[in-house]
Amino acid sequence: MSKIKKTKEERKKEIIKAACRLFAKKGYYNTTIPDIAEELGMSVGNLYNYFHSKEELAKYIMQYSSKLLGDEIRKINEENISTKEKIYKIVRKFFEIGQEQPELIEYFLRVFLSNREVFEEGCEGFLCVQEVVTELMLFLEEGARKGELRQQDFFPAFVTLMGPLGGMVFLQGENVLPKKPIEYSDELAENIWRALKAD
Amino acid sequence: MKTLLWIQGLSCNGNTQSLLNAENPFFYEIFQKIKLIYHPSFSYRENLQTIIKKVKEEKIKINFLVVEGAVTSDKRFHKIGDYSVAQILEILKDRADYIIAAGNCASFGNIPATFSHNPDVTGLQFRFVQKEGFFPPDFKTRSGYPVINIPGCPMHPAWFTQTITALLEGKKVILDQFNRPKELFMYLPHDGCTRNEYFEWKVESEEFGHKEGCLFYNLGCRGPMTHAPCNKILWNRISSKTRAGMPCIGCTEFNFPLRENFFETKKNMGIPEEVPLGVSKRAYITITGVAKTLKNKRLMVKLEETD
Repeated sequence: MSKIKKTKEERKKEIIKAACRLFAKKGYYNTTIPDIAEELGMSVGNLYNYFHSKEELAKYIMQYSSKLLGDEIRKINEENISTKEKIYKIVRKFFEIGQEQPELIEYFLRVFLSNREVFEEGCEGFLCVQEVVTELMLFLEEGARKGELRQQDFFPAFVTLMGPLGGMVFLQGENVLPKKPIEYSDELAENIWRALKAD
Repeated sequence: MKTLLWIQGLSCNGNTQSLLNAENPFFYEIFQKIKLIYHPSFSYRENLQTIIKKVKEEKIKINFLVVEGAVTSDKRFHKIGDYSVAQILEILKDRADYIIAAGNCASFGNIPATFSHNPDVTGLQFRFVQKEGFFPPDFKTRSGYPVINIPGCPMHPAWFTQTITALLEGKKVILDQFNRPKELFMYLPHDGCTRNEYFEWKVESEEFGHKEGCLFYNLGCRGPMTHAPCNKILWNRISSKTRAGMPCIGCTEFNFPLRENFFETKKNMGIPEEVPLGVSKRAYITITGVAKTLKNKRLMVKLEETD
């Protein structure tokens, strides 16, 4: 049973990868389920066994990415290290994932943020990115509780942390960065730390 | 007939006031079943020193010794005749079947124990969270029970009468880790709160005294982390703090009143530092995020305006 299940999960990952690639290249609306099936060399009918609609696939990709990043931040959260070190690790991990699975970042920027109407039902608010937001809330709460981060409302702190990461991968997507994002990791982490740290 | 002796330490008399409001059974009904040997507020013929003398001579038997108020041995701060309340307890501790701490002061020390000029103020068997009360941690009365704590500031009269009645009937009273009767203190004020729907959907109250909104997120309500059946056994059989729009201040807990602001929820980066009992912060944040996103429209308007 477990072998079959694993295979199905593996297959889903491949579908995600191919779909992300096509969505990013051709746009969400110009990509069809048959296009994705063709890219994978599988039948359209078989693809529908995994996802009932393009919209379902689109939402699943976000949930998948959120879980992937959320699980990694959770591991960092559970480490017994300072808030500053955690910021460095979170930033690095974000760029590592971006380097290993660039299609997820592309998808986030070019589909999730650009085609909000697709995500209106079932992905509204933070519903499809819950894991990441939860872990960042836990991270920020702990930092402030320990007195290492300045007390403030959640949202300004959240944007200060995530905004630069999004900005960096956007610049990479526009091909204007002379170096890889990961090479800016420590510098960016230092900026975020200085912006958030307690006085 | 079983007997009851009530003494007071450092107290505001609040638990006595509360007891006078007892209903079902009423104050007088309870004391038709139990002989009240002495109570500082009602006994005018009897003299406590004489009673203590008779107890020592075994002319008077005590079944229930009820203590209201915190304990100190320092006579500058509290004295009954020639005795300190600590001396009276020393004399009576092995001569009562049950010792009951009525209210939070006798249970955990409460406000009197925060008085910095007298460090010698404790509850009967606890001093806040520590089992460093007047009696040693392993102290037990003749019946085998430790001091039975019925905290609250004040305690609800029914909590007291229910416990006394159970003991009178020979029923076993199970206690929690702070020696409170489980039957009463296994509930939280959150259980039965009329604002539970608002808690579920994270619709928060910004002001006191309104019917709408949950008091947890902004106004410091301790309902989800306090042990007390305030919304099960209502006050004056009518209402409770949270029903009236006033946050629970956690007055039945061992750590009351050790808190900076009773009317504000301590938050870090907008996230409550403490979350409801039994829930991890991760689970609380997850469910809160979902509830906030998926709004309940009924809770967006005044109750009078709902369909």
